Amino acid sequence: MKKISKIITLGLLSVAAVSMSGCDKNDDPKAMVTYEQEDQMARPGISTVFVSSDMKDNFNTTTPSAMGAAYATKFKDRLLALNPDYTTNLLTLDAATFSGVLATDVLSVSLDGATTFYDGTNVLTGRKLSDDVITVELILIFGGPDASEKPGLTDDNVDANDKDFSNAFPYLATPW
Amino acid sequence: MKKIVISFMIVACVSSVAYLIAADHIDAPAVTGTGSDITDFYAFQSPANNSNMVFVVNVQGLLAPSATASASFDEEVMIEINIDNSATKDNLEDLVIQATFKNGKVRVYGPIAPIQKGVASTLVNSAYAEAAITAYGSAPTIGESNGMKVFAGPRDDPFFFDLTAYQAVLAGTATKFKDVGVDTFAGTNVMSLVVEVPKSTLGSGTINTWVTSNREM
Repeated sequence: MKKISKIITLGLLSVAAVSMSGCDKNDDPKAMVTYEQEDQMARPGISTVFVSSDMKDNFNTTTPSAMGAAYATKFKDRLLALNPDYTTNLLTLDAATFSGVLATDVLSVSLDGATTFYDGTNVLTGRKLSDDVITVELILIFGGPDASEKPGLTDDNVDANDKDFSNAFPYLATPW
Repeated sequence: MKKIVISFMIVACVSSVAYLIAADHIDAPAVTGTGSDITDFYAFQSPANNSNMVFVVNVQGLLAPSATASASFDEEVMIEINIDNSATKDNLEDLVIQATFKNGKVRVYGPIAPIQKGVASTLVNSAYAEAAITAYGSAPTIGESNGMKVFAGPRDDPFFFDLTAYQAVLAGTATKFKDVGVDTFAGTNVMSLVVEVPKSTLGSGTINTWVTSNREM
């Protein structure tokens, strides 16, 4: 219902916008173009691992400011189902704290230096193309306090992309 | 009302199909296979200029080379990069970068304060940079304006992961990954949006960022 009322509100807003734009000199009928959100992401693999199929569309249309309250408990249940032996991880986060961090799906990015998911020193300061993000996440989920637990589950043994990246814009490799 | 009913019917039909694809490839049942299906999001300091930040947004994952020439961005979809640069990190967007794909061109607005926050968006219609969308097999077309660089077009999917092994682990048919993994995304393409902006336009310290796809109403 909330979604419907939002759409109706938006509809009214855009009607108001069109009638307003009719008064000024802007002859573009689409001077105010409105959109409805359909998908979102920040950290890689989070929805894949932690959001159940029936909740994915809801997750994709929940703003990050509301995600923690809506999803922290669900993420904790999922974490402990994946790894019943979870105590803490390499970031020294217990299950509730780690789940709370993950449930608010935003990517923290440093404007002051290294930008990487994890490079051995910096943690969650961005995401660069070559970061082995899945292995980092597997370590945090399965590896225990010192990354040594469940070694068969902490690395998918795919460590790099199938094409090299460029140091020049647009950085991504040419398509196959 | 008609539009609302139709969109709900579409959601109801598509939601019954369940997928499990990482990083966010096809992780949106309601929009799977459409131009708004985000596969990946990257944010990193420019390798070419320490004063710049690069955002990469990929949509439409697992494109076979044979399907890439005919792939295109959805003209009704706007990609929005959301930036929270508040001191408290309330995870509401203080700035947005918005990209539209119309008439063969990508046009990128911002970074600028959004007209509205949350799941509804309004095109900011501010200063922009634009470029022709690069065709499959052509050299990248790069647009530059207002200190911003933009590119849109097909690229190799930069994501790498043994998804098949992961699914086997989850399903209980394997107890560990393979000693030599198989990259499920090798040899496949995505539709990429790449935007480079001066860091000074984003704030200072640390930002929180996320990307959304949004359909024109």
